[in-house]
Amino acid sequence: MVAKEVALDLYRRLVRIRTFEEKAAELWHQGHISGELHLYSGQDAVSAGVCAHLRPEDPTAADHRGHGPLLAKGGDLKKMMAELLGRKTGLCQGKGGHMHLFDPSVSYGCGSIIGAAMPLALGPALAAKMQKKDLVSTVFFGEGAANQGTFHESLNLAALWKLPVLFVCHDNRWAVSVPKAQSTAVPWNADRASAYGIPGALVDGMDAVAVYEAAAPLVQRARRGEGPSLLEATCYRFRGHFETDPLVYLPAGEMEEWKGKDPIPKLERQIIEQGYGTDQDLVRIREEIRNQVEQTAEFALSSPWPEPELATQHVFV
Amino acid sequence: MTRELTFAEAIHEAIEQEMIRDPKVFVLGEDVQLLRHPLLEKFGEERVRNTPISESAFIGAATGAAYSGMRPIVELMMIDFFGVAADQIMNHMAKITYLSGGQLRVPLVIRAACGGGYGDGAHQSQTIWALFAHMPGLKVVIPSTPYDAKGLMIQAIRDDNPVLYLEHKLLADYWLGLLAGANRYKDIQAEFNVPKAGTKGSVPEAPYTVPLGKAEIRRQGTDLTVVSVGVMVHRALAVAEHLAAEGEGLEVIDLRSLVPLDRRTVIDSVKKTRKLLVVDEDHRSYGLTGEIVASVAEEAAGSLDDFKRVAALDTSIPFSLALERVMLPSEESIEAAARAMLKRGKGVSSRGGPKPRRGR
Repeated sequence: MVAKEVALDLYRRLVRIRTFEEKAAELWHQGHISGELHLYSGQDAVSAGVCAHLRPEDPTAADHRGHGPLLAKGGDLKKMMAELLGRKTGLCQGKGGHMHLFDPSVSYGCGSIIGAAMPLALGPALAAKMQKKDLVSTVFFGEGAANQGTFHESLNLAALWKLPVLFVCHDNRWAVSVPKAQSTAVPWNADRASAYGIPGALVDGMDAVAVYEAAAPLVQRARRGEGPSLLEATCYRFRGHFETDPLVYLPAGEMEEWKGKDPIPKLERQIIEQGYGTDQDLVRIREEIRNQVEQTAEFALSSPWPEPELATQHVFV
Repeated sequence: MTRELTFAEAIHEAIEQEMIRDPKVFVLGEDVQLLRHPLLEKFGEERVRNTPISESAFIGAATGAAYSGMRPIVELMMIDFFGVAADQIMNHMAKITYLSGGQLRVPLVIRAACGGGYGDGAHQSQTIWALFAHMPGLKVVIPSTPYDAKGLMIQAIRDDNPVLYLEHKLLADYWLGLLAGANRYKDIQAEFNVPKAGTKGSVPEAPYTVPLGKAEIRRQGTDLTVVSVGVMVHRALAVAEHLAAEGEGLEVIDLRSLVPLDRRTVIDSVKKTRKLLVVDEDHRSYGLTGEIVASVAEEAAGSLDDFKRVAALDTSIPFSLALERVMLPSEESIEAAARAMLKRGKGVSSRGGPKPRRGR
C-alpha cells in the first residue's frame, strides 16, 4: 500500500473527476452544454494514478474523453467548466469545447480525432530532449485508438529516438459499440510494446493504487532519459460512449459487474483499512470538492458569452 | 554581397543562416541527412533528423515540438504524400492555435516539393496547394525565384504560424535531376522548358526576408492582368514577352503566397487593365483561379470587363508526357487565352462606351 499522503491525494483526484463530471452531466441534460458529452466515469483511477506522478510542466495529451486527465492533472476547474459551456471565460474562450481543452497552466491539450494525440505527444518529448529538460510527455488514449496507424508509428518513433513518453491505454472494452474482441487481434495492447522493444505493463485500471504503483517505474524511466513505455489499464465507461448512449450493444449484466469495481469506494475501503482516515474525513473531502465544483458551475453559468469578433480571431497568431 | 545562386542553394542558405541564428530551428523528415547533407555536416544529427516513413508521426511530432518552444522545419518530401498525414496537418497543426483560443503557437515550416511537367505520374506531380489554402490556419508559400526562395523561407521560419513552403521541382534542379533522371537527357532544361530565371538568380548573402502576403508585379502592362504562382509565373512572363513584340502590354503578377493572399495588388491591376487572366498549375475547379476571379468580382466587378482562367484540367495527372502536356497549362494555352481576351477587347472602349461582349 502507498503512503497516507499518496492515498489521500489519489482520493482527491478521483473525487474531483467524478464530482465535476456529475455536475457537467447535470448541466448537459439541462441544455447548458451543447454537442456531445463523453464522460470519464469508470476510467477515473487511470489518469488519477498516472497524473499523481506528473509535474504541471509535464506535457499531457488526451482524446475526446479528456476531462479526466485534465482534472487529474489539476487543471483550472472554473475555466474548464466555462469552456464546456462555451463561455468567454473558458480555457479557450469557448473555441475548443469539451473535446478540445487546452490548459497551458498544466501543459495539457486534447482533441477528438482517435489516435491523433500520440504523434502530437512525441513533439513535446522531442523538444524536452533537445532542450535538455527532464520532462515526461504522457498521452492517454483508448484501446480503439491502438488500432490506428498513429499508435504504431508513434511507438516506433518514440522507441527509436528514446523519447520520454508514457503511452497510457484506457482499455474500456468498447470503441463506441465495437467490442475489443472485434477490433484487436491480440488480447492485450500492452503486449504490443514488445514489437518496439519497450516495456509494456498491464494494470487493473479500476484500482487507483495499482495504477499509481504500475506507472511509477515507467514515469521514472522516462524522466531518467531511458525512453518510452506503454501502460494498459483495464477500465469501463460507466455512462457509455456519450451521454444518452442507449447501450443496446452491452451484454446483460456487464455494466453492473463493472460498476461493482468502482475505484472510489475501493480506495475509501483501503484508506479506512489502513487507518489513513475515517468516514468523516472522507465525507469532508467530498463536501469540500462538491462546494468547489458548485462554484465552478455558478461561475460558468454567470460568465458572458464570447463576443462575435472572437469567431475570426486566432486563426493565426 | 549578391551572388548568383540556384533556387535550391537559396533555400539551403536561408535554412543554414536561420539555424545559426536560432538554436530552436531544426530539420526533420525522410532522407534529410542525404538531401540536406551540408546541414548535417554543420549542425549534426540532433538538428538534422532522418525519420522513418511515418508522416503522421513525424509531422505530428513537429507540431508538438513547435508548441513546446522549438521551430521545426519538417520535410514532407512531396506534397502528394500529404494524405497519409492529412489529419495531423489539417485537424491539428492548422487548428490548435484557434482551438486553444490563441494560447498555443505552432511556429513551423512544412517544406515539400511540388509540381509536374516532367512525366513522373499522378502521385509525384501534383501542386494541390488549394487544398491547404482552403484550410484556415495554414499559410501557403510558393516561391518562383531564388531571391524569393531565400527571403520567403527566412520569413516562413520566423513566422509564429504553420507555413507550407512549396518548392517546384522544375525550379529546384536537384529534384529534377533525381526524379527525371537528368543524365538521360542531353539538355534537361530544354527538354522540360525549365524557366531559367526561376532556377538561378541574384541572391544577397546577408539574411533578408520577403513578406508573406505581398505579391510582386513581375512585369508591368496596361492591357491584361495575368496572375499566377510558381513555374506558371515564368510561363506567363514568356507569353508576355512574346506578345510585347506585337504591342500588347501584359501585367504579370506573382502572388508568392496563397495565404495570406494579396488581393489588393490584383484588384489594383485589374482596375488598370480591366481584364484578368488567372493561370494555375493546380486543378481548375474549386481552386486559385476561381478564388482570384471571385475576389476581384466582389470588390471591383465594375472594373472587370473580361476574365479567363487557364489551369490544370480536372483529371489526375497522366504519366505519358503526351498526355501530361494536355493536362497542364503551357505557354501555348496561356498565349491562346491571352490572345482571345486581347482580341475581344479590341475596338471597344473599355472606359465609357458600351461594355465588351462577354464571349463565353
